[in-house]
Amino acid sequence: MSGNFAPGDTVQVISTHPPGHRRTPYYIRGKVGEIERVCGDFRNPEELAYGFDGLPKKTLYRVRFKQTDVWADYAGPESDTVDVDIYEHWLLPA
Amino acid sequence: MAEERETHDHDHDHDHDHDLTFQPNIEDSEAGRYELMTYAIRELLMEKGHLAPDELRAAQEKVESLQHSDGAKVIAKAWTDADFKNRLLEDGNAALAEVGVDAGAAKMTVVENTDDVQNVVVCTLCSCYPRAVLGMPPDWYRSKSYRSRVVIEPRQVLAEFGTDVPDDMTVRVHDSLADLRYLVIPRRPAGTDGWTEEQLAAIVTRDTMVGVANPTAS
Repeated sequence: MSGNFAPGDTVQVISTHPPGHRRTPYYIRGKVGEIERVCGDFRNPEELAYGFDGLPKKTLYRVRFKQTDVWADYAGPESDTVDVDIYEHWLLPA
Repeated sequence: MAEERETHDHDHDHDHDHDLTFQPNIEDSEAGRYELMTYAIRELLMEKGHLAPDELRAAQEKVESLQHSDGAKVIAKAWTDADFKNRLLEDGNAALAEVGVDAGAAKMTVVENTDDVQNVVVCTLCSCYPRAVLGMPPDWYRSKSYRSRVVIEPRQVLAEFGTDVPDDMTVRVHDSLADLRYLVIPRRPAGTDGWTEEQLAAIVTRDTMVGVANPTAS
C-alpha cells in the first residue's frame, strides 16, 4: 500500500463508533483536518489487538487539526493545532 | 481512632493518627482483571518453558534502566550539531541509532520548539511514551486528567506546569496513538553559548522533552 493521501490534502475522519480496539480517539471522529505527513505502512493495530496478523498493512498519517475546529469553545489562538496519528481506513477525502 | 487507641496498653498523650501512619500494602487493593490476566499469562509462559524467570527479570531491568538522560544527550547533540538535528527531524530512528539508541519498532517522530511553536506530547488513549529515550513515563503523563485536559485546554495545562505560552505562539499538541513516539527538541535557552554537550544535557529535563516545560540556563 502506498497511501491515497498526500501532505496538504484535506481529509475528514470517519464518524463511526464500531466496537472493539480502535486507535482513533472519539474526540477527533468526524473532524476535518489536513495531512501533515505520511508516516509509512504499519500492521493494523486494530487487528493485532486480537491476535490477527494485522495484514495488509495500513498507511498511517499525521493529520493536523485546528483546535478551534475540534472544540467549539477552544480558549486559544486560531493557530493552535492538535496533530493526530490516523490510519488510512479512518479517513475520507474532504 | 477511639478503637485504635483502645488497643494500646500504655499511656501516652501523643495525637498522631494511627490510621494514617501505615503505608498501604500493595496487596490490599484487589487485583484488576488485566492484572490477573497478566499474572496468568506469565505463569503459563513459565510453566510451558517459553520464558525463564531470568529472562523476565532481564527484560524488566532493561526497561527500568532506560533514563531520560539518554534523551538529554541527544538534545544536547542536536543543539550543537545542526546536521544531526536535521537528520533527527527527518528520520528519528536512524539518527538515534547513530548515537547508539535503539528506538525499536515505533517510529520516532521528533518535533522542534521554535520561537513560534511550543510542542507538547500526549497519548489520549493510553500512555504511549518514547521510553527508548525517556525511560518510564511519569504518573502525571498517564493520568486521566493530563490525557484529557491537555488536548482540550493545552495552554491552561502548560500554565500549571509553569509554562506560559504567549498568544502569538502556536501550541501544537501531538496525540501519540499507535505507531509513532514523539520527542520534543526544546528551544536552546539564551546564555548557553559555548557550553559543552555535557553542560547542555544537564539542563534538558524530562518535562522539557515532553514539551510541558522549557529549559533555562540557570
